Amino acid sequence: MTSAEYYNDRVVRLFLLAATVWGIVGMLLGMYAAAELAWPDLNFGIPWMTFSRIRPDHTFGVIFAFGGSALMGTCYYVVQRTGHTRLAWGPLAEFTFWGWQLVCVLAMATMPFGITQSKEYAEPEWFVDILTTIVWVSFGAVFFATLARRRIRHIYVANWYYGAFIIAVGLLHVVNNLALPVSLTKSYPIYSGVADAMVQWWYGHNAVAFFLTAGFLAMMYYFVPRQAQQPLWSYRFSIVNFWALISIYMWAGSHHLMYTALPDWVQSVGMAFSLVLLMPSWGSAANGLLTFNGAWHRLKTDPAAKFMVLALVFYAASTSEGSLMAIKTVNSLSHYTDWTIAHVHSGSLGWVAMITIGSLYAMAPRALGRPAMHSNKAMELHFWLHTAGTLLYVIAMWASGVTAGMMWRATEPDGSLTYAFIDSLLAIKPLYMVRWFGGVLIWLGMWVMAWNLWYTAANARKRIILPIPVPVPEPESQQTPAPLPAAG
Amino acid sequence: MAYRHFEFIEKHAWTLGILTAVMVSLGGLAELLPTFVEAGSVRMSANARPYDPLRLAGRDVYVREGCYLCHSQMIRALRFETQRYGHFSTAEESAFDRPFQWGSKRTGPDLARVGGKYSDDWQRVHLMDPRALVPQSNMPAYPWLATAKVDGADVAARMRTLRKLHDPYTDADIAGAAKAVEGKTELDALVAYLQGLGIANEPQPAKTGAAGVAPVARSSP
Repeated sequence: MTSAEYYNDRVVRLFLLAATVWGIVGMLLGMYAAAELAWPDLNFGIPWMTFSRIRPDHTFGVIFAFGGSALMGTCYYVVQRTGHTRLAWGPLAEFTFWGWQLVCVLAMATMPFGITQSKEYAEPEWFVDILTTIVWVSFGAVFFATLARRRIRHIYVANWYYGAFIIAVGLLHVVNNLALPVSLTKSYPIYSGVADAMVQWWYGHNAVAFFLTAGFLAMMYYFVPRQAQQPLWSYRFSIVNFWALISIYMWAGSHHLMYTALPDWVQSVGMAFSLVLLMPSWGSAANGLLTFNGAWHRLKTDPAAKFMVLALVFYAASTSEGSLMAIKTVNSLSHYTDWTIAHVHSGSLGWVAMITIGSLYAMAPRALGRPAMHSNKAMELHFWLHTAGTLLYVIAMWASGVTAGMMWRATEPDGSLTYAFIDSLLAIKPLYMVRWFGGVLIWLGMWVMAWNLWYTAANARKRIILPIPVPVPEPESQQTPAPLPAAG
Repeated sequence: MAYRHFEFIEKHAWTLGILTAVMVSLGGLAELLPTFVEAGSVRMSANARPYDPLRLAGRDVYVREGCYLCHSQMIRALRFETQRYGHFSTAEESAFDRPFQWGSKRTGPDLARVGGKYSDDWQRVHLMDPRALVPQSNMPAYPWLATAKVDGADVAARMRTLRKLHDPYTDADIAGAAKAVEGKTELDALVAYLQGLGIANEPQPAKTGAAGVAPVARSSP
């Protein structure tokens, strides 16, 4: 029996291309912003080149443009394969691609010129927010409509995470961005002061939870077993972790506001849930790592698997660091310092970027109709550039954060403060240069990936890819997942 | 829950989607709704006055330039913080900040009570060229603020929008806005805003606070 239906990989390829381009752009901006902190005259007196104007461009560029394109691309790839069905509503899926690119271009072309709400990670003004909402709802519609026409009754766990990512990010985006416009280029949030702080960090924290965690866990749950060439260590464990993760994360946002004017009980609730959050976080990391049991030899030959394993190690490390930093005593030291920056980047460069790069290396040859990536050596080089850069970056910022935090609280025997603020800046300045150099290595790695993908895409550029047929007849529909493996 | 119950969720996309939406909403509702109620009562304070037109314009310059990315405006209730920056920040003080300016990173010092700490001229020179005053500073220079004029009609429009959000501006406040910012540059506005931080919005005993009350006593930075 043959099928007339083929997977829609065109939109996947478009997102793959976009993710590569945005990765380079977003990290270039980060590199430049880092250089400006070490060498402040680099803005040359030009408003839109100033650190405070391009920093939102960096975060938006890497999170929403690079991460978002990778997430949407892999989501479309995964939901088709795990459901044995073609993507629903092809033209709408195509619209989500062009719509999302428009959102990214509009946001990143307006923010450096001062058209910004200045809410962290939600800087674009109201007209961009509305467009974002439209594209996001379309994305959700395509995803759930594809699920609805799946041929395998059981919904694979990766899709649970993609679904939660779509639902929660939509909710967060709308609630946090409610604003009253003054003009096209200026609006005021409907919340102010404490309420705005709470909403903003409920959003900010859960953007991390659902954009940078749930979405990329979805990637992990599909591509890790795929690359290890064996089933997930425990399917049931992944489901337990899913419900725990999505319900607990939403309570933890207030740990960004410790010792502030936010009501005390909210701070304490945030701290308590942040500690509990360690369990589902480590659960997912362990599940991914244990999936490689019996297949560890693949790491010798497969750089994509190496990226994935290191990503999971970074995920475990940065989530335990996050819980640690949510303890009030630790937070009093770490907050407002570069320790936060270190934490964010061990999560984003270590976990998010590595699982993305690993997944892209796993997905690209299949989506581009090739047996493998063009160059294994280039993937290997990328792995070491990225790993070295990330370690340099994160270690420099840890050292910087702890140094500044300790100097801010140091007192003399008579109780007076030991250091002026500027002393702490002088102490950490050399570390800003180390951080910049780490960023350069990471950025060079992205170029290596782009080069590799360009040659892997040779057939795609000549438009001679054979479309991949959807398998028919459908496999056993009444599968029950295997029971939990025995302990130990 | 027996696995077969769970299996139902795993095989029905709508059930899965709805349950997911419920689970992600709980934490937000439990923390956001009480916070809104408490924040609402803060805004009722009789001493609370919204920003005057020039400071409002300055606040919006501060927001536009992204100053919050390197400067916090939240003195935490910790001894080494109050020693360095002054009395810890209260909820009242940011009641008119849209968005809030507590920040998340201090590449530079906290600004919650910077008002009155330096002279107007110091602030001006520092914004134009920070390294002229603090050679080791890594703050960018913002020279373009000195040439950009504040638009009175725009400030009035902003006040009208804020009034719709229940900030207590009177008709007279709005009518006088254009005059209050006439001929002022964005640099003037930003300096006025900075010099008001921790002073104009500080909780004061009723009816004694004339403009320019001395800031809370603090030790050297």
